[in-house]
Amino acid sequence: MALLTISGLRVSYGGVEALRGIDLRVDEGEIVSILGANGAGKSTALMAISGLTRPSAGEIIFDGKSLLKIRSHDVVSLGVAQSPEGRRVFGTMSVLENLCLGAFRIQDRNHIETTLEWIFDLFPRLRERKKQLAGTLSGGEQQMLAIGRALMARPRLLLLDEPSLGLAPLLVKSIFTTIRAINEQGVAILLVEQNARAALKLASRGYVLEVGKVALEDTAANLLANPSVREAYLGG
Amino acid sequence: MEQFFQQLFNGLAVGGIYALVALGYTMVYGVLKLINFAHGDLFTIGSYLGLTMLVSWNLSGLLPPFLGMLVVFVMVSLFVALIGWALERAAYRPLRNASRLSAVVSALGASIFFENAIMLVYGARVYVYPDFLRPDFVLNIFGVAIPAMRIIVITVTVALMFGLWGFIQRTKMGAAIRAVALDQGAARLMGINVDRVISLVFLIGPALGGAAGLLIGVYYGQIDFTMGWNYGLKAFTAAILGGIGNIPGAMLGGFLLGVTEAFAAAYIAVAWKDAVAFLALILILIIRPTGILGERTADKL
Ligand SMILES: Nc1ncnc2c1ncn2[C@@H]1O[C@H](COP(=O)(O)OP(=O)(O)OP(=O)(O)O)[C@@H](O)[C@H]1O
Ligand SMILES: [Mg+2]
Repeated sequence: MALLTISGLRVSYGGVEALRGIDLRVDEGEIVSILGANGAGKSTALMAISGLTRPSAGEIIFDGKSLLKIRSHDVVSLGVAQSPEGRRVFGTMSVLENLCLGAFRIQDRNHIETTLEWIFDLFPRLRERKKQLAGTLSGGEQQMLAIGRALMARPRLLLLDEPSLGLAPLLVKSIFTTIRAINEQGVAILLVEQNARAALKLASRGYVLEVGKVALEDTAANLLANPSVREAYLGG
Repeated sequence: MEQFFQQLFNGLAVGGIYALVALGYTMVYGVLKLINFAHGDLFTIGSYLGLTMLVSWNLSGLLPPFLGMLVVFVMVSLFVALIGWALERAAYRPLRNASRLSAVVSALGASIFFENAIMLVYGARVYVYPDFLRPDFVLNIFGVAIPAMRIIVITVTVALMFGLWGFIQRTKMGAAIRAVALDQGAARLMGINVDRVISLVFLIGPALGGAAGLLIGVYYGQIDFTMGWNYGLKAFTAAILGGIGNIPGAMLGGFLLGVTEAFAAAYIAVAWKDAVAFLALILILIIRPTGILGERTADKL
């Protein structure tokens, strides 16, 4: 069943169209990957889902409701959380404070405590460093924090924008393992990645964006085998 | 030595008042990256409202002195907070997505509006706070006679600052304010209603500014409709000195400026106190362009 359905989505910055009518779907519990070169419009699509950029045309339906009619800060309480490009953790706040802000819209303290334990189990490093200021963490730890912070909202759909960017290969591997573990808890994931091979190994389906349009849409296995995808995104 | 301590306490009292006003500048700058030029006038409104409540409404006469003062204090803060809230709604929110310059022009316009409104209501003459409000006894601290009024002002300002600090550091809404100041987009991703946080800041800052206006009235005994300019500029200087956008910075900057001025007035000449204060500002900004506790670079100002 479709959890998220995007149709005919157009977004412009000033006069320039970053998305020129895209259709995209994420089913319940699924991992879907978005690939594409720099400037293709991947982050724009995620920001439009979260309500931080407003489309000029098209529709975004989540769980049967239009997200375009909802104020950006209410999107997260419907069940859509995002770990944005560049992590954007609150640098002068502690790890714990960052995580608690992720649960800003949740009132139930017990629920928050349980989620916190779950995140500390997913990322034991965050438990060790919970008193530390987020800005003093390494890049990999900040990435864990950004993902953990998004999970604190207990989303049904998690938007991940380039979680492996700038990380050492070993850490990339561990981040991808964790993404799979999160998905196994029933969280659907829309994954934007430069590391196309790893992303497609994880995903069931994928979309290839080219200058604001969906150039290709297929199962992850087919995309991995597709010659033009191999050449453009998988290094031949 | 006697004079040193006298001036130190005098400087701390005035500095505490600067700090309260500076907090309003710095908190608004933190969330909106805007200098609220009308903030000095909110301070003036605080001292006029206080005067009206004390003299015309005779609140200090109807109630026991301490309780009367407390009621006036709370009411002035509430009133000025509401004016600050309305100011943001009317002058800044409609321009949220406009250019930085439009917001600055709107801020200057609001300042002129308030100044003229005060003059229309109260007239241009200087007003005097009733004398009986000022406790005339002196406290003996380490053998130095310090007027009680100074200690009261220092205590009140420090208590308000501790209260604010606790709110900002320990509560969920305080964390939301810090998050909005750091990254508005990320704050929205957390589900924080940024408009509501900005409104809250425009309640807190003006409440502190209004309280400071009342304190100045009681402390110096004299108010006039242009004083917002003078104190506003000093408090703004204090906020820059400590690092604009930084809350402890505004507190430190306020006290530092107050004490510097008091010493300059005592040991150099009264006429030189402003010059010395601004010289100190320039020196510190040359050594640390971001202010004493600031992290932001000056080009973001
Ligand atoms: N805030 C903005 N203002 C103006 N143009 C923007 C803005 N954000 C993105 N763009 C433009 O929109 C287009 C799509 O950008 P977007 O960030 O969505 O691409 P992306 O696929 O995420 O790229 P990357 O791989 O570099 O992250 C680009 O041409 C970009 O320059
Ligand atoms: Mg991007």
